[in-house]
Amino acid sequence: MRTILRRAEFFVLTLWAAITLNFALPRMMPGNPAEAMMAHYQGKLNPTAMHALEVAFGIKTNQSIWQQYIQYLGDLAQFKFGISISHFPTPVGEVVMQALPWTLALAGVTTVISFALGTIVGMIAAWRRGGVADSLLPPVFVVVSALPYFWLGLMCIFFFSLTLHWLPLGFGYDEGASIQLTWSFVRQAIVHAILPAFTIILTSIGGWILTMRNNMIVTLSEDYVRMARAKGLHPLRIMIQYAGRNAILPNITGFAMSLGFIVSGLLLTEIVFTYPGVGYMFLQAVNEEDYPLMQALFLMVTVAVLGAILVADIVNAWLDPRIRSSQ
Amino acid sequence: MYPYVAAEEQVPEVRPEHHQSAVVGVLARVGTILATNRKAVAGLLLLLVFVVGAVFAPIIAPYPPDATLFVPTMGPSRAHLLGTTAFGQDIFSQLVWASRQTLMIGLIGGLAATVLAVLVGVTSAYFGGLTDHTLSVVTDVFLVLPALPLMIVIAAYEQGGGFWVLVAVIVITGWSYGARQIRPQAQSLRNRDFLTSARARGESSWYIILYELLPNMTSLILAIFLGAALYAVLAAAGLQFIGLGNPNDLSWGTMLYWAENQEALLTGSPLWVIAPGACIALLGAAVALLNYGVDEIGNPALRATRRKRGRRAGP
Repeated sequence: MRTILRRAEFFVLTLWAAITLNFALPRMMPGNPAEAMMAHYQGKLNPTAMHALEVAFGIKTNQSIWQQYIQYLGDLAQFKFGISISHFPTPVGEVVMQALPWTLALAGVTTVISFALGTIVGMIAAWRRGGVADSLLPPVFVVVSALPYFWLGLMCIFFFSLTLHWLPLGFGYDEGASIQLTWSFVRQAIVHAILPAFTIILTSIGGWILTMRNNMIVTLSEDYVRMARAKGLHPLRIMIQYAGRNAILPNITGFAMSLGFIVSGLLLTEIVFTYPGVGYMFLQAVNEEDYPLMQALFLMVTVAVLGAILVADIVNAWLDPRIRSSQ
Repeated sequence: MYPYVAAEEQVPEVRPEHHQSAVVGVLARVGTILATNRKAVAGLLLLLVFVVGAVFAPIIAPYPPDATLFVPTMGPSRAHLLGTTAFGQDIFSQLVWASRQTLMIGLIGGLAATVLAVLVGVTSAYFGGLTDHTLSVVTDVFLVLPALPLMIVIAAYEQGGGFWVLVAVIVITGWSYGARQIRPQAQSLRNRDFLTSARARGESSWYIILYELLPNMTSLILAIFLGAALYAVLAAAGLQFIGLGNPNDLSWGTMLYWAENQEALLTGSPLWVIAPGACIALLGAAVALLNYGVDEIGNPALRATRRKRGRRAGP
């Protein structure tokens, strides 16, 4: 029960921190960025929209900062994120929904592939200490994980798109195509996703391999593994069911904790490939000074990360009987 | 984006080094690492090349970095080792000068983030109770707040950040990972005999932390610094690349920004993109290799056991 309370506290506080950062940052920054944005859009938006923006960013209002804060929280509770300026007059929520499926698909597929592949390789590397996988792969992937994601993406574009002409340069589908659920469109989408996915997997798999290998080395020296050997169980069964299953637990926790960083890499990769997901939209929002859209995207990414951590928590409890019994 | 460091599962090695300043401890540890680990030596040599390049930039670079003196978009030649940019600048000279800002961001951002991480992690572990609880929750919150979006939001409100904005953003988003690693190790050290006896002698908390606790965590702190420095370099390069730095600064990140801005890959000067990125990658590799060495020293079980190949698999 205590664990659940602690996790709940963590989730609520993180969400609150993200919301409050959104509220406080534009008001705290020197030179009042929101006012600069308003000056930029003066005359381009109708008066009601301008007034809504003034209210949202606390300009020309006699409300105290606390009243503004309460109102801001109230709006969010009703999912009122305001109106996107660059996509005027579409509400921010709708604009975000255009980008979300692309990112979720890309992130989901690459995470599963890289987790499965990395865990298996790490497991084998630890099982065969001193073998090729063990002595070669860890240092190689330590170096690969230090490469700038976006540059690796640029290099992929250079070799596979510009030099070899194998794959498209970027974006999510062919130019001029309309989004529809037909086979030809899905095929386009997959072809366009190959390079970004490849980049993400290449840069994220090293972490899985390394942590899995290191955890596995620890579990392999446990008594229950020795016992399994003494019983003469099949080596594959010892590797997967005895050592591997236990080594995977800290891996999942570690993944949840580094998710914030993984998401950052994902968004940057999208920007390089002009992939029509959340990351690319984020940059566009910044470049067009569309602060309402930018705030909503920041909040949404945070919620997505929290959601993934919740899933990791549940998976962990499901895999580890010790966690279940302590609750 | 953040390089994976396996230090979290480290078994703390406890060799009490009484009354030794943290600096001496670090130096001694660095010495051991270099004497025994080839990966660390390779990393250090690579890092040294970059530092020498940055320090002696005026001697090494053949032309001033910003001078738009030459024919634009030339391929590599003897006069221009890496060719010229679309603005007619010498790419090699830019590359050498740009190393200065990138290295500085790594050093200062990495140091500041490490200091904050140690401060929070040690305070949390040493004082325990409500302090521990509060600081741990704050650390966890900062750990999961998505770093890049937060950096973009701050940099966007700042209307293009210069050097110090970048450093601030990096510290805000980068300290929590280290703090999370420090806490458990400081916690396990706290109840060791040599710390208990120091408390019994009536030493002040700050004396115990500075002279008894920290010297025994030097390899972890070193690993955290290397990780944070690497994060700082990559994060700054990423922000500058997407145009959220000051485009008039000269660093590898802004070089990439201008190259992308001028569509260098499409217009036949790929070296403009390849060279600064390769430098970031090599610098990152150098730090990562050093870090890997530090990790293996701190946790001998992780070392590759090449000589034991003939043995049966497993322990």
